[in-house]
Amino acid sequence: MSHVVSPIREHLVTGGKSYSDVTHDICKQVEGEPTKEWKIAFAVSCVIFAYGAYCLFYTWWQGIGVWGLNKTVGWAWDITNFVWWVGIGHAGTLISAVLLLFRQKWRTSINRSAEAMTIFAVLCAASFILAHMGRPWLAHWALPLPNAFGSLWVNFNSPLVWDVFAISTYLSVSLLFWYMGLVPDLATIRDRATTKARKFWYGLFSLGWTGSSKTWARYEYMSLILAGISTPLVLSVHTIVSMDFATSVIPGWHTTIFPPYFVAGAIFSGFAMVQTLLLITRVVFKLEDYITIEHIEMMNIVITVTGSIVGIAYLTEFFIAWYSGVEYESYAFINRAFGPYWWAYWMMMTCNVISPQLFWFKSIRTNLMVSFFLSIVVNVGMWFERFVIIVTSLHRDYIPSSWAMFSPTMYDIGDYIFSFGLFFTLFFLFAKFLPVVNMAEVKSVMKGVSTNFPVKKKAAKAVKSEE
Amino acid sequence: MENSNKRYWKGIEELTNDPSFVKNIHNEFGNMPSENDSKGDSLVDGTGSHRRDFLKMLGFGVAAVSLAACEAPVKNTIPYLNKPEDVEPTIANWYASTFTDGGEYASILVKTREGRPIKIEGNKLSPVSKGTLSARAQASVLSLYDNEKLKGPQIGGKATDWNQLDKEFTAKLAAVAAKGGQIRIVSNTILSPTTKKVIAEFAAKYPTTQHVVYDANPAYGLAVAHGGSIPSIDFSKAKTIVSLGADFLGTWVSPTEFAAQWAVTRRVGSGKEGKKEMSRHYQFETILSNTGANADYRATYKPSQEGLVAVALYNAVAKLTGAAGVAGGSVKIDHLEKAAKDLVASKGASIIVAGSNDPQVQKIVAATNALVGAYGTTINTAVAVNYRQGNDMAMANFINEVTAGKVAAVIFYNANPVYNHPMGAKLGAALAKVELSLSTNDRADETGSLCQYNAPDSHYLESWNDAEPKSGFYSLTQPAISTIFKTRQAQTSLLTWAGNTTDYSVYLERNWESTILKSGAVAWKTALHDGVFGDNAAVSAASPAVNTAEAAAAISKAYANGSDLELAIYEKVGLGTGSQANNPWLQEFPEPVSKACWDNYASISQPTATKLNLKQGDVVKVSANGTEVSLPVLVQPGQANDTVAIAIGYGRTKAGKSANGVGVNAYPFISEVNGACVGACTKGVSVSATGEEKAIAQTQTHQTVMARQAVVQETVLGEFVKNPMSGRFVPEVLTAEGKKKATDISLWNGHEYNNHAWGMVIDLNTCTGCSACVVSCSAENNVPVVGRQEVINRREMHWMRIDRYYSSDAEVEDLKGLEVASDNPEVVFQPMLCQHCNNAPCETVCPVLATTHSSEGLNQMTYNRCIGTRYCANNCPYKVRRFNWFRYFQTDEYDFHFNNDLGRMVINPDVTVRSRGVMEKCSMCVQRIQEGKLTAKKQKRRPVDGEIEIACAQSCPTNAITFGDMNDPNSAISKLLAEEREGRAYGVIEEINVKPNISYLMKVRNKEAAKAHKE
Repeated sequence: MSHVVSPIREHLVTGGKSYSDVTHDICKQVEGEPTKEWKIAFAVSCVIFAYGAYCLFYTWWQGIGVWGLNKTVGWAWDITNFVWWVGIGHAGTLISAVLLLFRQKWRTSINRSAEAMTIFAVLCAASFILAHMGRPWLAHWALPLPNAFGSLWVNFNSPLVWDVFAISTYLSVSLLFWYMGLVPDLATIRDRATTKARKFWYGLFSLGWTGSSKTWARYEYMSLILAGISTPLVLSVHTIVSMDFATSVIPGWHTTIFPPYFVAGAIFSGFAMVQTLLLITRVVFKLEDYITIEHIEMMNIVITVTGSIVGIAYLTEFFIAWYSGVEYESYAFINRAFGPYWWAYWMMMTCNVISPQLFWFKSIRTNLMVSFFLSIVVNVGMWFERFVIIVTSLHRDYIPSSWAMFSPTMYDIGDYIFSFGLFFTLFFLFAKFLPVVNMAEVKSVMKGVSTNFPVKKKAAKAVKSEE
Repeated sequence: MENSNKRYWKGIEELTNDPSFVKNIHNEFGNMPSENDSKGDSLVDGTGSHRRDFLKMLGFGVAAVSLAACEAPVKNTIPYLNKPEDVEPTIANWYASTFTDGGEYASILVKTREGRPIKIEGNKLSPVSKGTLSARAQASVLSLYDNEKLKGPQIGGKATDWNQLDKEFTAKLAAVAAKGGQIRIVSNTILSPTTKKVIAEFAAKYPTTQHVVYDANPAYGLAVAHGGSIPSIDFSKAKTIVSLGADFLGTWVSPTEFAAQWAVTRRVGSGKEGKKEMSRHYQFETILSNTGANADYRATYKPSQEGLVAVALYNAVAKLTGAAGVAGGSVKIDHLEKAAKDLVASKGASIIVAGSNDPQVQKIVAATNALVGAYGTTINTAVAVNYRQGNDMAMANFINEVTAGKVAAVIFYNANPVYNHPMGAKLGAALAKVELSLSTNDRADETGSLCQYNAPDSHYLESWNDAEPKSGFYSLTQPAISTIFKTRQAQTSLLTWAGNTTDYSVYLERNWESTILKSGAVAWKTALHDGVFGDNAAVSAASPAVNTAEAAAAISKAYANGSDLELAIYEKVGLGTGSQANNPWLQEFPEPVSKACWDNYASISQPTATKLNLKQGDVVKVSANGTEVSLPVLVQPGQANDTVAIAIGYGRTKAGKSANGVGVNAYPFISEVNGACVGACTKGVSVSATGEEKAIAQTQTHQTVMARQAVVQETVLGEFVKNPMSGRFVPEVLTAEGKKKATDISLWNGHEYNNHAWGMVIDLNTCTGCSACVVSCSAENNVPVVGRQEVINRREMHWMRIDRYYSSDAEVEDLKGLEVASDNPEVVFQPMLCQHCNNAPCETVCPVLATTHSSEGLNQMTYNRCIGTRYCANNCPYKVRRFNWFRYFQTDEYDFHFNNDLGRMVINPDVTVRSRGVMEKCSMCVQRIQEGKLTAKKQKRRPVDGEIEIACAQSCPTNAITFGDMNDPNSAISKLLAEEREGRAYGVIEEINVKPNISYLMKVRNKEAAKAHKE
C-alpha cells in the first residue's frame, strides 16, 4: 500500500486521524448499539417499504390496469423509474472502477457506500422490470433458457433482451466488486469481534482473510481486474438502456444521441444520489473527517460537468429535430416544450441544466445545505427527464386519432414509493451491519503516520474527552 | 418296511407328479421378470413390479399429481348420446334467416357452432339488403344471449307457465270482448305478412281489436306525402344527391341499403379505364350526421328553418325549371343555389331526401323531386317500402284513448311506447286504467313491467317468421337455436288466444304456400335455404300529387328563422332507438362522428359553447317541452350554432345492467308538428350549467389530423380527373444518388412470400364510417367489452377502429391552431387496424418472440408466449395494439357478456379468449384464412379469390374493404392495386418504411378545387 499524498491538495482525511482511529471510527457503527437516529430512519423506511409492498402486491394481483397507462401510453412511471434507478446506480461503478483506474484517491472514503447504493438501485430498477410486465410470473422467458418448445429462443434483436443481459451483468459485477472490497474490512471486524455470533458471521464472509502481503497483493490485482471489467459497464449499461428507446420508431425516441446522453445523465443522477446519501451519512455517523468538504466539492464538480453535457444533449436534440426536417420529430420536440406536458419539460430543464450551473460558485459548491438541496433537485430533474422522454414522446406520436394523456394513479405512485422503501431499508441495513467507509483504502490515502503522530494523540484524546 | 411317516401332498399335481409341477417345485414365487424381459406380462397381476419400476411409478405419480395440481380446472364436456344430424364439432353451420327489429330489416346468414349462433353475416342473395348489415344487426346475436330477458311467462310479475297464462288471459280477453270493450294491439312496424295475418285472425276472433302501429323513429311524414306508403329509393342512379337532414347513411329508413347504393356513385378508379365520375352530395342539416360527414358540400340550419330550407330549395329548383314558385322559404343558407343548379343539371339522376317527419315538408320535397325528374329513376313509387308503417296520429289517438279510459285490453306486441314514445310517461301513468294488459316484450321493460301479463316473445334467432321489406320481396326467418328460455313466439301466443292451435311454423309454411310461393314443398325448401324469395321489377314514374301552395303555407305557419336556442333530437348510428340498449357491443360502439360511447350528451357547437360559457364535460340542465334532463356537454364541430342536440335510445330504466342509467331519455322532447312527431324543440329551450362535470367516454379525443398528409390523403374530383396522383403525398429522401422515394430505401431484407401474400385495400372514398365492421370484428374475434370508465381511461379493446378527422382552418405551421377543428369541417373517416407491416416495428422489439411474421405476410400474435412488456404497442406507429390491462372475463367489474355463462355462448371457439397481461390486435381473421386454406386443401385446389372473407371486409355495406391474396394476379385486390398503385393507393406514414400490407385509396371529394385547397 502506497501512501500517496498530493502536495497541493487538501488532506483527504482531516482531523489528524491515526490508523486505529479510522478503524475505531468506522467499526463503532457496526459494533455498537444502533443509534436513535438509525432506528428512526430505519423504522420510517420500513413503513414506506410496507406501504409500497402493499401497492406492488395489489398491482400484481389485479394487473397493471391499476396504473394510469392506456392504449397509447404503454410505459410511463414504470420505465421512468426503471431508467432513473439504473442511472442512479451508475455512480457506484464510476467511482469504484473508473476513478480507481484514474488513481483518483479521493474516491476511497465514498466508494463503499456508492457501490452499495449501486447495488440497491439496480435492485430497485429490477423490481420495475418485473412489475411492468403483464405476466411477471413468466419473466424467466426473457432469459435464453433451454425449454421444452424446441427451438423457441428469445429475440436477440430486442433491446429488452439486451437490457436483461446488461442489467444482470451489471448487478453481478457490481456485487462482486463491492463484496471483494469488503473482505479486508470484514476481516477487521472479525478480528475485533467480541461476540461469538459476530466472529462467526464476519469470519464466514471475510473468506479467511489473513492480511499477509501476498493477500494484499492479490487483493490489489483483483481490484484492478474488476475495475477493468466494470469500466466498460459504466458505458454499456446505460447505452443499452438508451437503446430501448433509440432503436424504436417513435419520434422523440428514435435518436442516435441517446447513448452518450444517457450515460452522462446516469453519472449525473448517480453522483447526485451519492451526494444526497453521503451528506446524510457523514452527519448521522459523524464521518465528517472522512467525507470532507473536499469530497463534496469534487462531487459537485462532476455533477456540473455531467449536467452540462446533458444540457448540451438537450439542445442538440432540439437542433437535430429541426435540422432533420422530419415532421414528426419536430412536432415531438415542440410538443415537449409547449404541449400539454410543458411543465414536465421545463421542470427537467430547470433542474438539470440550470441548477447545476450554480456550482460554478465556490461558495455554493462548498455549502453543505445547498449541495444537499441541489443534489435532490438534480434527481427530481433526472426523473422528469425520463418521464419527458417516455410519456411526451408516446402520448402524441404518428397518428393523431390515438393521441392521449397519461395521469398516474395511486398505484403508479405507490409502486414508486415501494422502490424508495426497498432502497432505504437496504441502505440502512448496510449502514448498520457493514463498514460504510472502506477502512483499508482510506488508510492508504492518509498522511504519513510519523509526521502526524503527536498531533494525532492529542486530537484523539480531545475527541474522547468530548465523548 | 415302508416309510410310515405320513406324507402330505400340497395338491393333486404333487400326488400325480405332474411334470410341469415337478419342474417348478423349487421355485416358490414363480418366474420373476428380468430387467430384459420385455413382455413384462406379470406386471399386470401386480407381482412383477420391482425396484426400478417402483421408482418410475413413484416418479410418474408424483409428477402427475403435481402437474394435475397446476392444471386449471377442466369443465366437463358431455358427449352426445345420439349425435344430432348436421352438428359436427368444430364445423360451422350456416342458416339463411332474416333480422328484423321493428322496421329494421336485413337478410342474414347465421353462423352456428355446435348449435350456438355466434355470428351474423349479410345474405348476398337478397335483392334488397344485398348482404349489407348494420352494426345493430351484427350485434343482435349477442342480444340472443342476454341474461336479463324474461325467462318465461309471468302473471303480475310472478313466474307462471304458459298453460296458466293462456287460460287466464283468454278468459279475461273473452270477458272484455263480451262486454264490447276495446282491445288494442300496439306494435312497431311489422314487416311480416304472416304475422299480420295472425293479427287479423286474432282481430276476427275479438272484433273490437284494433292494431296500432307506431315507430320510435318514424317516417310517417314521408309516407303521408306519398299517399300512405314510402316509395323505394335508389341512390345508385343519382348524380346529385341533396339531403335535408336525412342521415341516410347512418339512421334514416334503410341506411345500409342506401350506403351500398351511395357507394356505387362514389367509387372511382385511377386507371385509364377507371371511373372518373362521382355523384355530388349536398347535405343541409342541424347536427353533423354520419351522412353529413360524407357530403361534398354541407351547410347547417336550425330545426326551425327546416321547412323553410325545403321551400327555398323548391323555389330555387322551380326558378331554374320554369315551374311556379311558392310563397315563403326566406332563409339564407350556403350552397343551396348551387345544389339547385346541380339538381336541375342532372335532371333524371337527381334526388332530394329529407329527414323531417313533417308531412308538409315531405310534400314540398316530393314536389321538388318531381321537378328534377326523380320519380321513375331514383325514386320508384311502384315498389313500396315497408320499413316504417307507423302512424303517428293513430298512436297519439291510442294514448289519448287509454288516458280517457276507453281501452279495455291492450297487447304490446314487442313495443315499448312507455319508453320510446314522446307521450310514454302519460301512457305509463294511464296503463293502470286498462282492465287487461299484456306485453310480449322480451324483458320486463318500461312497458312490460307495467303490464299484468308478460308473454315473452322468443328472440328472432329462435323464431320462425317472414318479412316483406318491399312490396314483392319476401324473406324468411328460421330458428338457428331452440328457445333458450321458456319463451314462446308471439305469433303462436296470438294464435293460441285466438283459438287456433296450429304451430306458427306450420302456419307460416301454409301461408307462404298459399299466398306467396303458390307452388309445392320444393319451393318452400328453396326459399328457406336461400332465405329470400321474390322480386319486383315494376317501375313507376308517378309522383304524388302535391298542393305545393298549401304545403308551403303550412310550413310558413310552423317554421320561422328563430333566434332562440333550439333543441334537435336525433338517432345514433350505434344504439338507434334503444331497443337493443342492453347489448354491450352497441353501448361500447363509438359513434361514427362524435366517437363517444356509453352515453348520450348535449352536443353544441364551439361558438355556442363559448356563448353559453360551457366546455366539454360540463353537466347542463336542458329543459324544453315540459321535460328536463341533466347531461354532459359535447362540443361538436359542424353543428348549427344556437342548437343543442340529444340522442334518443338512452336513459333506459328497465332494460338491464348494461343499459340502465346510461344517458338520459330524450323521447319526451319530441313534439308534434303538422300532425307528426318531429324531433325538435324550437321554442322555450333552456340550457344551464349545473356546475358538475362528467367525462364522456370517447375513443378518440384529438379531432384533427394536424395536416399530416402521410396519414390522410385527399383530392378533389376535378384535379383527380386531370391527374390520378394529384393530392398524393409521396415522401422522398435525399441520398447520395439523388432523391429517392422513402419506400425504396431499406435496411431490411424483406420477406419472401412463396405461397400467399394476404393484404387489404381500404377505399377512403366509399368508407362512410358507419362502423358496422367494428361490431363485426368484435363478434368474430371475441374482443372484450371494457365499459365506460375503461373507455375514458383510453383502454377500449377494439381491433378495428374508425379514425375520424375534422379539417382545421389553421395554417400548416400553426400547430396549436391545427388542433382546433373548423366550425363546419370537412370530415374524413379512416378505418385503422393492424397494418401487418412487412418491416414490423413490433416484431423486432418483443423480447420473447411473441409477435412474429408469417410466411404469408401476416403479423401474428402468440398470446401464450406474451409476457406483456407492451414494447410492441409503444413501438407501433399506428397504435393498433391492445393490451389486456385486466382479466376481462369472469371478473365482476366487467359484468358484460364475458361474465356469465349465457353471454359466453357467443364466444367464437376458433379464437382464443385472451387473459390479462397479454397483448392483442387484429389477426386479419387468421382463423378464417386457415379455414379457407384447409377447405381448399381438402379439395386439392388453391383457395379461390373471394372464398376467404374476413369479418370487417365481409360486413362493410359499401365494400370499401377489399381483402385477398396479393400473390394471385387474378384476385380482386391484385387488380385493384395494379390499377391504383400509380394512383390513389398509399400506405399510411409510408416514409417510416414499415411497408404495411394494408393500402388505402385516397379520398376524392366532388367539389370545386379552390375550396378544397384551403384545407
